[in-house]
Amino acid sequence: MVELRTAVDVARAVASGELSAAAVVEENLAAIDAREGEVHAFNVVTAERARERAAQIDADIKAGRNVGRLAGVTVALKDNMCTRGVETTCSSRILAGWKPPYDGTVVRRLADAGAVMVGKTNLDEFAMGSSTENSAFGPTRNPLDTSRVPGGSSGGSAAAVAAGFATVSFGSDTGGSIRQPAALCGLVGVKPTYGMVSRQGLIAFGSSLDQIGPFTSTVADAALLMEVIAGHDPLDSTSLPQPAPELMSVLSHGVEGMRIGRITDMPEGSSPDVLERLDAAFDVLRNAGATVVDVQMPSMSYGLTAYYLVAPAEASSNLARFDGVRYGLRVDAKDLNAMYGDTRAAGFGDEVKRRIMLGTYALSAGYYDAYYGKALKVRRLIADDFAKAYESCDVILTPTSPTVAFKFGDKTNNPLAMYLCDVFTIPTNLAGHAAMSVPFGTGEAGLPVGVQVLAPALGEAPMFRVAAELERAA
Amino acid sequence: MPESISRETVAKVARLARLHLNDEEVDRMTSQLAGMLEHFRDVDALDLSNVEPLNQPIPLSNVMREDVEVPSLDRDEVLANAPAAQDGRFRVPPIIGFEE
Repeated sequence: MVELRTAVDVARAVASGELSAAAVVEENLAAIDAREGEVHAFNVVTAERARERAAQIDADIKAGRNVGRLAGVTVALKDNMCTRGVETTCSSRILAGWKPPYDGTVVRRLADAGAVMVGKTNLDEFAMGSSTENSAFGPTRNPLDTSRVPGGSSGGSAAAVAAGFATVSFGSDTGGSIRQPAALCGLVGVKPTYGMVSRQGLIAFGSSLDQIGPFTSTVADAALLMEVIAGHDPLDSTSLPQPAPELMSVLSHGVEGMRIGRITDMPEGSSPDVLERLDAAFDVLRNAGATVVDVQMPSMSYGLTAYYLVAPAEASSNLARFDGVRYGLRVDAKDLNAMYGDTRAAGFGDEVKRRIMLGTYALSAGYYDAYYGKALKVRRLIADDFAKAYESCDVILTPTSPTVAFKFGDKTNNPLAMYLCDVFTIPTNLAGHAAMSVPFGTGEAGLPVGVQVLAPALGEAPMFRVAAELERAA
Repeated sequence: MPESISRETVAKVARLARLHLNDEEVDRMTSQLAGMLEHFRDVDALDLSNVEPLNQPIPLSNVMREDVEVPSLDRDEVLANAPAAQDGRFRVPPIIGFEE
């Protein structure tokens, strides 16, 4: 296993001239040369751009110019984040070859802070999946055990950091797509409060659920990246007015006096090794001066059910734009309607088609109230459950994933079994809250287990305090 | 809750979604959608009669900005991605149809 560098160390060493940005890039490219063939974390590696950008940063440092808080930090970006002039595909045939005419806000903020992009990472097509097996360009393998999945949908981003292909990476989380792969690859993964991070330039899946967030090897790195990417963006009308939260400064505060929620009616189905680590996490926080408080979430298990109508409904609407007119694939046909139907039939994979169909059905006349309307009411119950729970606690701990990384093919024939991977992560997205996964020891086969820290909207500071405490004890 | 989804409904939804499915796909989709909708019946256990739907998680109203000129995307760069373009516009097949 390669020794992973942290963003905090790289930025400090590069800014002080101790380490060149070029050397960091070459290290990553060497790791990519050695293992990308088996891992397949990337849809595209932008080696030449990375080298040019690193040389520019090194020149700026020599000339005494300000290089930003992420100088020389290499980043891999999920391939649903728009990067100007660099192919962005969502791992779908329908967007193959598309080169966005603009950078998304997060991409721009990272570049302005001195980060160096090394490539675009593989995902389940349009971020629909929990294993990265749904990519039109082939699966990504877990670098810790290549017979297993890296999780998904941001599996390529998780694998890229775990394999030392980039210092940090970014993904998007609609129902757990950052936290679950972070857990399965032994990384920190953050789903920020809805509206905390701009979605401008993130190709939409479920617009009321999606957030961009980081994958890192340490909690401090995640805090640093959040400080760089978060904060109001006038280009995203769902962006919150708040500035980026201060998180680096709270990491050393400990958890003395904090109230940690334990859900007594948690959905069942977690494996014993995962539950054992969760118990150990409560012990660590109790020993550090926190109080563990029992809370109830009676609607939690219905979250999955509501999500699998809400997310496809939003997706069916968002994916209407892929119609063969403005970008990507076109299958020629005699008239416009036939061209739409043929293009979409050829361009989308099975899982995407399934969700477009489910979503279109749930929104169609005669069925709206019975399905979509009902799902939105369940969504309200989940938000109410959280509101009640947070009256008596500051954060809640759950497993991130019910199991450690599973083997390829284990769940591909059973969509519902695959959806169950996200039972603990989905409620956060429905409520618009913050959550993160922190690696906390190992379970079956020596594979990493992630503990999930849930916090209310704008609860990033207490969430990071708890995450830092768990990291110190792990 | 409506009865289980029919093959005809699936074919109709596919038309609404502008997604051509072959017969085998319509069959497969009918059974898979039926399974998912069956699963959704779980929520019938909940009393939702007095629950307000939650459409989106944060209470934001319409966001306005000053009506000032700002640069837009470069037209040539945008059109370079189009499957077909002509005279600075997207080119599409005939719109007035040949509906079967």
